[in-house]
Amino acid sequence: MAETTSTAPTTTDLVRGTLEGRRVNPVNTLVSGLLLIALLSSLLVLAVLLADVFGKGWGLLTERGADFLTTPLSPNAVDAGIFQGVMGSIALTAIVIVVAFPLGVAAAVYLEEYAPTNRLTQFITTNIRNLAGVPSIVYGLLGFSVFVNLFSGATGGRTVITGGLTLALLVLPIMIITTSEALRAVPTALREASMGVGATRWETIRHHVLPVALPAILTGSVLTVARAFGETAPLLLSGAVLSLYFAVPPEAGFVSLMTEQSYTALPMIIYNWARQPQEEFVALTSAAIIVLLAMLLIVNAAAIVARDHFERKST
Amino acid sequence: MSVTAPQVPMDLSGDPRRQRRERRVRSLFFVAAALSIIISAAIVLSLAGEAWGFVTAVDPASYFENGWLPRRGRYSILTIVWHTLMVSGIAMVVATPLGLGAAIYLSEYARRNVRRFLKPTLEILAGVPSVVLGFFALNFITPNVIQPLYAADRSNLLAAGIGVGILIVPLVASVSEDAMRAVPRALREASYGLGAKKWHTSLRVVFPAAISGIVAALILALSRAIGETMVVALAAGTSGILTWLPDSSGLTMTGAMADLAIGSDQVTSATAVQVNPFQSLFFVGLMLFVITLVLNVLSERVVRRYRQKY
Repeated sequence: MAETTSTAPTTTDLVRGTLEGRRVNPVNTLVSGLLLIALLSSLLVLAVLLADVFGKGWGLLTERGADFLTTPLSPNAVDAGIFQGVMGSIALTAIVIVVAFPLGVAAAVYLEEYAPTNRLTQFITTNIRNLAGVPSIVYGLLGFSVFVNLFSGATGGRTVITGGLTLALLVLPIMIITTSEALRAVPTALREASMGVGATRWETIRHHVLPVALPAILTGSVLTVARAFGETAPLLLSGAVLSLYFAVPPEAGFVSLMTEQSYTALPMIIYNWARQPQEEFVALTSAAIIVLLAMLLIVNAAAIVARDHFERKST
Repeated sequence: MSVTAPQVPMDLSGDPRRQRRERRVRSLFFVAAALSIIISAAIVLSLAGEAWGFVTAVDPASYFENGWLPRRGRYSILTIVWHTLMVSGIAMVVATPLGLGAAIYLSEYARRNVRRFLKPTLEILAGVPSVVLGFFALNFITPNVIQPLYAADRSNLLAAGIGVGILIVPLVASVSEDAMRAVPRALREASYGLGAKKWHTSLRVVFPAAISGIVAALILALSRAIGETMVVALAAGTSGILTWLPDSSGLTMTGAMADLAIGSDQVTSATAVQVNPFQSLFFVGLMLFVITLVLNVLSERVVRRYRQKY
């Protein structure tokens, strides 16, 4: 047997040779290489961005430490902090959560669980998808017309409430879309079983559909809120203050800071500092960006923790 | 003689209180859903009113003159629209190969564990706030990438275009990856069965089969690029003079809006100002709204019209 294989290749060997020999195809390697380069270069950009920002801002951040977070804005780069920005961003995010989360979930529940398939439902769904595509600065104009001017009595004009409501409207369509997807993933059998034993629609939703969909809803919502957190353009128009001076000192306390005066937000400060021509502001801006990215990271990590918590609870 | 008891049909309608609550909850949820219609109406109304004031006050012929200088009463729509076209064009040139390459790789080539690592990383890029990319474009891309190769100003439209391009790569990648993954396995298997190679299957079978979703992704990305504000506001500067090349500073539609909003150009000189510069903001906003709306509707049409049913 050994002699036959050594003298002439068998048919099996020939076939295997032609099949396996072509495994390394130059075109294949080239194409997959190019595709991988396309993917990796986007990730490289991310890495370079982070390295650049950390390289420029980390020194200042470690030098100033927590002081950077608790000192107020100042026109002098040497002692400028981001206190009002952090506070403003937290307040804005709180308003966005309070307004957009219940509204978004309620709208999604209606569209997924109650809505009949008719023209009106179709119109609302299309409309929400289109709203999700409206540029954020246009929401700023809406906020300006409606909350700064029309309802200035209720919002107080250029206040943090105006900014928060504007951002809430901005993220509402995205909130509805992500919640709808979460609800759609809940098996129909669950609803049928619940209604089969006599539960009403709302009882079914409350006790069976929402608990199952909750992890996905929460994750989607947090990602959406994170978007609002980094948003700048709508705030330009709905009253956030750009000034390097900021009248209220940190000692004044959170409530008076937010209600008595105009507000600002962390991304607004970054925008304003990035526009300054002086060299000192580059490090300052980078440090503020690090804080912004760190806060976004915390928010996203909270989403993951919340999802795990609820997933464990439901099983 | 058997007396049949009057047959009362069993009442299955349930507790009236529960029914009332059911109706209340339902109408409450309906209001939440209908709110989106009110928001749309509010957007259109708030934009249209002030925009109309602008249209009636400014001579349409001046739209095509050079220079967007609201302080001097010069509103050249041509200038800002051309700058927007340049920025979004550059952005698409950057984002199309990177985004589609990433999508094809993730959908067709990446092993599961590689994909599980790469996809979230791409999502992190999608989560970077645009103001951060604006800073990056101004302070890194311009001095380190553009200026060594090309004599450009510190603020220039090219850097803004690249920045916006980076911003929309994840959008192109994720939407077109979804489209390609939706292509049934049978198509790939048929292709392999006929002896096609992996690259041939990916690029000549799967890619064309998913083309409707891919085109929709690109239209969506273009719409995002046109509406993107902060990258442009930081990297492209505030010059209102028309420039045909992307090597110098220039206001785009969104850049002009941001510039007016922060008031750096609101100082009205006594001469030649017959219109409130703030009204021009609403006019540009309305244009932006209409353009992005048309693109979004178009992208949806493309998906619906050209999707192949399997």
